[in-house]
Amino acid sequence: MSEAAVETHDLTRRFGSLTAVEKLTLRIEPGEVFGLLGPNGSGKTTTIRMLCGLLEPSEGGASVAGIDVTAAPERIKQRIGYMSQRFGLYEDLTVAENLDFYAGIYGLTGAARRERLREVIEFIGLGTRLGQLAAELSGGWKQRLALGCALLHRPPVLFLDEPTAGVDPAARRNFWRAIHELARRGTTVLVTTHYMDEAERCGRLAMLSGGHLIALGTPAEVAAQVGGATLEDAFIILQERDER
Amino acid sequence: MMRRFWPMFRKEFIQMRRDRLTLMIMVGLPVIQLLMFGYAIQTDVKHVPTVVLDESRTPESRDLIAAFENTGNFRIVDHVNGRPALDRAIAQGDAQAGIVVPYDYARLLGRGTTATVQVIVDAADPLASQAAISAAASMAEVRNLLILARQAGRASVPLEARVRPRYNPGLRSPNYIVPGLVGVILTITMVLVTAMAIVRERERGTLEQLIVTPITKTELMLGKIAPYVGVGLIQMTAVLVLGRYVFDVPLTGNVLLLYLIALIFVVASLSFGLFVSTLVRTQQQAMQLSFFFVLPNILLSGFMFPRQAMPQLFQWVGLLLPLTHFLKVLRGILLKGVGLEALWREVAVLAGFAIVMIVLSVRRFRKTLD
Repeated sequence: MSEAAVETHDLTRRFGSLTAVEKLTLRIEPGEVFGLLGPNGSGKTTTIRMLCGLLEPSEGGASVAGIDVTAAPERIKQRIGYMSQRFGLYEDLTVAENLDFYAGIYGLTGAARRERLREVIEFIGLGTRLGQLAAELSGGWKQRLALGCALLHRPPVLFLDEPTAGVDPAARRNFWRAIHELARRGTTVLVTTHYMDEAERCGRLAMLSGGHLIALGTPAEVAAQVGGATLEDAFIILQERDER
Repeated sequence: MMRRFWPMFRKEFIQMRRDRLTLMIMVGLPVIQLLMFGYAIQTDVKHVPTVVLDESRTPESRDLIAAFENTGNFRIVDHVNGRPALDRAIAQGDAQAGIVVPYDYARLLGRGTTATVQVIVDAADPLASQAAISAAASMAEVRNLLILARQAGRASVPLEARVRPRYNPGLRSPNYIVPGLVGVILTITMVLVTAMAIVRERERGTLEQLIVTPITKTELMLGKIAPYVGVGLIQMTAVLVLGRYVFDVPLTGNVLLLYLIALIFVVASLSFGLFVSTLVRTQQQAMQLSFFFVLPNILLSGFMFPRQAMPQLFQWVGLLLPLTHFLKVLRGILLKGVGLEALWREVAVLAGFAIVMIVLSVRRFRKTLD
């Protein structure tokens, strides 16, 4: 069996008396588009943050691209790309300046840097907007810029936390096309969402509820496990169960 | 090592350049402060408005009153006819001093017994009244000596102290205030600007994206403060040039040495701001904490009030502030023209302060969201 892209065992995180994620065990293979699906507060963001080294696990452990998150959180950072839920780039910098900044921070220099910037700009299609301030971009373009910045160092694993929140449908479709293209080239993508149509586009899904893993498998398998005809039914069943 | 410092530096520099408000504050503050402090603050109080009650009305009494006026500390604004009128003038604030020459002044003076003259001073503001009090006393002293010498048949008095006020012979306030102001302005702007630095990124949500990259804490911290070193030195230049040409403040010593030490002081102030930045969660808290630091700097550093007059405890507290040491450097180089041989202790303290603050900031800062 080859090395997993992401592997967690009994991953747990508590905030005071609240347990946000409890004993999560997952294995994601290289090149998968893996979805974390669940209502708000189900532990999706906390899970991603632990995998990126932004939060320390309270118990259990995880490894990303073969590196242990608790032992070497800094070494992981060169090997992952991350897009936070909220737009995390500098609105008072232009598109080109943001890209340039992150290229420098990821240690790209000289000809390799120019070449990589050119590739990424072409991939995200921001060539005509390089001089525009990030603050002036629409939601969809901001998303692409954030994706571009997260890709500069060719990370083998990409974490996207609700990447399409507040983005119009056409832009969402383009965004997903880009994600599948990345996966085709071998990047592992872990994405959180609560849009059903997006969940359907994932190869496999983990459904979370109240910090627990409820179901795991292809979208159809997950729906069946929860007891709904479709994924949407399954989601509603879950949410109602949570509210009780 | 440190290769991600430059991208960080460049980014901070671009952001600083685009932030009009901050730029205006950084450039406008020194100029406004300088004009305000330079013109408004005069620690030597002269020309105290004075009312005179001359009951003697003799050439001797007029001679005495002229002597008071000639000290330059009293400005006669009115002559009154009775004690109640004099008291009223002082109580109402029309005058801050009153001179009462009694009706028997000339007679007693001629007879060789003690002639008294009363000087009433409004001491509600001790700083303002001090000059008038000592001027009245010393004027009487001088006249006493002259009279006694004449009676003793001597051509001169036995002892005279010749005081030479060095380094600021005219005892001018701007010479004292302007060099200090360089330090105060640098403290205020440098601490405030960097105190905001990290919290602002946290509040805007850009810090989360930044700390999932391999940038080290040291690269992040140093890259953040470095662009402001230049700002600090520009501010200092503005104040020195204005001080020189508007307030005639001398630049006696080695200006290059001053800039080198200023560089260390600026880094010390910036790193303190950085430390504040790691203590707080919001920009508002950062602002409050910075002002909490700025106030003792103005009061205890010796900028306006002499440190020698403070209780021992506060003198020690003052030694903890980088401004206290930088003021010695500023006045030492600008007014006295001394060099490193006289200032190396101050330089060592400033450098130590900067290093400790940077180390503390790097240690306190966590690349996590906890």
